[in-house]
Amino acid sequence: MKLIVNGQVCDVSAKSLEMLLFELGFEGDWLATAVNSELVRATERNSHSLKNGDRIEILTPKQGG
Amino acid sequence: MLKLYDVDISSRLLLGTAQYPSPATLMDAIKASQTEIITVSLRREMSGSKSGDGFWGLLRSLELRVLPNTAGCHTVKEAVLTAQMARDVFSTDWIKLEVIGNHDTLQPDVFALVEAARILAKDGFKVFPYTTDDLVVAERLLEAGCDVLMPWCAPIGSAMGPLNVHALRSIRGHFPGVPIIVDAGIGRPSHAAAVMELGFDAVLLNTAVAKAGNPVSMASAFAKAVGAGYQAHHAVMLEPRDLAVPSTPVIGKAVFT
Repeated sequence: MKLIVNGQVCDVSAKSLEMLLFELGFEGDWLATAVNSELVRATERNSHSLKNGDRIEILTPKQGG
Repeated sequence: MLKLYDVDISSRLLLGTAQYPSPATLMDAIKASQTEIITVSLRREMSGSKSGDGFWGLLRSLELRVLPNTAGCHTVKEAVLTAQMARDVFSTDWIKLEVIGNHDTLQPDVFALVEAARILAKDGFKVFPYTTDDLVVAERLLEAGCDVLMPWCAPIGSAMGPLNVHALRSIRGHFPGVPIIVDAGIGRPSHAAAVMELGFDAVLLNTAVAKAGNPVSMASAFAKAVGAGYQAHHAVMLEPRDLAVPSTPVIGKAVFT
């Protein structure tokens, strides 16, 4: 399945958002996720199924003013 | 004590966490500023990296209150989604709402700002809107559900200090009971003291400390200036006078002939 993760095309086998994070090596509790410009809470990642062409944003705390 | 959305805050200086020369300098500057509220952002994570380490791990160790921002958002949709993502990560309903309308001045798009504030306030967020010094916009933001206002005093990172003192006085005077934090444009401690002397409740700054020759020392200087300005305002300052008035008593002066 082809997804767009943080602007990059990725070919993955993960079926859920949680599995995608695992497959791509994202670790830690400090991640925020959105699929197709909609929030997917941390608690919902396991049950959130992905489909071909989904656009995923994975964000984490950074410096800010 | 400053009350922001029912939270009591002792320090009247809020500090940004960007652009410091090193993580150690950032940490020392935060400590020197005595701030209780730091601003952070959300940005794309690199694949394979461990979130929560590095920068964020250091900041968490300080156990300060976090004010996430929506920096760089240009639309209502972007800002609302970023705020929702921030709430999920930081477990706070506080959000510094920025909706930028102009690339050169980083001036807020106040129309989108009000719309986004209304959506977020309805969704339970405690919105800290980064706005201009426009009085009517401030009124709309309060109507939209904001309990705090954050007008600029000059464009972000410009270090120009208060450009329109009349507008700042006006916004302060019209909303005496609303906590108002001057956010953006402050370049030096005297600017911070000046806006605090006008009666503002707090100052939020970043670049003036981070880009100083000695950020840690500058953070300390800002803490003193903010405190001095606040104290001066409440001590009630002497108004300027057109004529000189001798400070030493005239009565009793010796007469030499």
